[in-house]
Amino acid sequence: MSDNSYTPDSKLGKWFNDRLPLLTLSKHLQDYPTPKNLNYWWTFGGILTFCLITQIVTGLILAMHYVAHADMAFESVEHIMRNVNYGWLIRYVHANGASMFFLAVYIHIFRSLYYGSYKSPREMIWILGMIIYLLMMMTAFMGYVLPWGQMSFWGATVITNLFSAIPLIGESITTWLWGGYSVGNPTLTRFFSLHYLLPFLILGLVVLHIWALHVPGNNNPIGIELKKPSKDTVPFHPYIVIKDLFALLIFLIIFAFFVFYSPNILGHADNYIEANPLVTPAHIVPEWYLLPFYAILRSVPDKLLGVIAMFAAIFVLVILPWLDTSKVRSAIFRPLYKQFYWFLVADVLILGYMGAMPAEGTYLLIARVATGYYFIHFLIILPLLGHKEKTLEVPMSIMEPVLGGSANPSFTKSLKKNI
Amino acid sequence: MSEEKKVKRRDFIFTASYALGAVGVGASVWPLIDQMNPDASERALASTEVDVSGIERGQSITVLWRGKPVFIKRRTEEEINKARQVDLKELPDPEKDEDRAKNPEWLVMLGMCTHLGCVPLGNKGEYDGWFCPCHGSHYDTSGRIRKGPAPTNLEIPKYEFISDSTIKIG
Repeated sequence: MSDNSYTPDSKLGKWFNDRLPLLTLSKHLQDYPTPKNLNYWWTFGGILTFCLITQIVTGLILAMHYVAHADMAFESVEHIMRNVNYGWLIRYVHANGASMFFLAVYIHIFRSLYYGSYKSPREMIWILGMIIYLLMMMTAFMGYVLPWGQMSFWGATVITNLFSAIPLIGESITTWLWGGYSVGNPTLTRFFSLHYLLPFLILGLVVLHIWALHVPGNNNPIGIELKKPSKDTVPFHPYIVIKDLFALLIFLIIFAFFVFYSPNILGHADNYIEANPLVTPAHIVPEWYLLPFYAILRSVPDKLLGVIAMFAAIFVLVILPWLDTSKVRSAIFRPLYKQFYWFLVADVLILGYMGAMPAEGTYLLIARVATGYYFIHFLIILPLLGHKEKTLEVPMSIMEPVLGGSANPSFTKSLKKNI
Repeated sequence: MSEEKKVKRRDFIFTASYALGAVGVGASVWPLIDQMNPDASERALASTEVDVSGIERGQSITVLWRGKPVFIKRRTEEEINKARQVDLKELPDPEKDEDRAKNPEWLVMLGMCTHLGCVPLGNKGEYDGWFCPCHGSHYDTSGRIRKGPAPTNLEIPKYEFISDSTIKIG
């Protein structure tokens, strides 16, 4: 994998590298052989790293001015907006940055679903990714509580009450989470502490995620195993670095549009009303990126089962590498999977929309059907499809459709036998 | 034989060390976990007294007890009759109105939906009791769950009339 025989040119470099081989690592990252056919859907890993660093830097700054106390939090956020130099900019980048982070992570996840990047030998990359995603949701939820507006307070109440569904010990757990008998100041201060901690855990997991990626190397749009390095690969630097940077610039234009032209469009107006434990807003909605799970929660008429369904919706994703039985990775060569993939995308978008609508009448009915389909996709369609589907012929190399021949014939032959 | 004995003695020492270690770790971790439970100042806010002399029939007030809203409702004859005439078999969480409101005129209960803790709205819903706007739970005039995701009736806190016009909650 890494080039162990690497020796730095300068004497100082050699001295340093012998004691701490950071230069060897840097060399590995530069030369890292990457499939030459990676498309722009593969640029979101870099974009996500940028998002994480942006959130950590802006968050650090916000923590210098924010006051984590139930009586002062709301005002301190307004203080940041009005008095702190560029406070408005830093807060809007942080708040919209969370949404941009989730936008990118959803594209990243659906890229993986389309091209089968979660399949053997990349299961660990996928599972680490799912843990990161889970931590992201926790971090975002706790961050949303910090401004101590109405949505903060009631969002915190509803989400922490999910744990009260656990039989016998549920109530003790919620009391423990709150540090009181309802959401209050102790809840706010501990959420602040954890909101500060979790991004660093995410950062650590991102390092593991990339490490696990560098063991088998990138998947690619046609989903075949490549010989690395070979004519099918290019070095990470400068080819992928430049492509990632270009994609990041396009992403930043969208990011900047939200920050400068509609900084509050993704938030909820009720969060500019200070938290009031006596009045629940008429219509509680979580942030947009949690809506599909919220729709699943509400579509089950039983409290405990609703909570179980919501957590199960995330858990089926974790075990996905073993639910999808098809040996062919890329949807390009799976005509049926390709259709079901787009059904799933539509299904998740419908769930998201239903999560934002009141849980009654037709909305509830549609949300129930969509919830059912979500689980059918993962638990019934995917396991069966691997056996029933007639897949198209997979090329032997990236170059083969153009030039003929294969970079790695031994592998592709065995793959064909499996199909 | 003697070798086997030696191994067994060592096993015992290992097991005993692990066990002692586990107890030590548990004892050290417990304060780190228990510090998150309600602190002394939270526990001290155990009871609150409310003057209810100003409440007319059909009116309801909401007071804060331990950070939670408490509904104090002075019910009308019609509302009491409605709550008492219900067949218990119809209820998801059967409970007699007589048990929920010792003094039928006064209904005192936590204003927290038993689903996910939102504050239900009064005089609303299909049973003219309370309706939770968050996830659509309907409660009747006795605060009992009738329809929707909430599993149980609105909780009745410990309370007593310490005079004709004062209720002590907690």
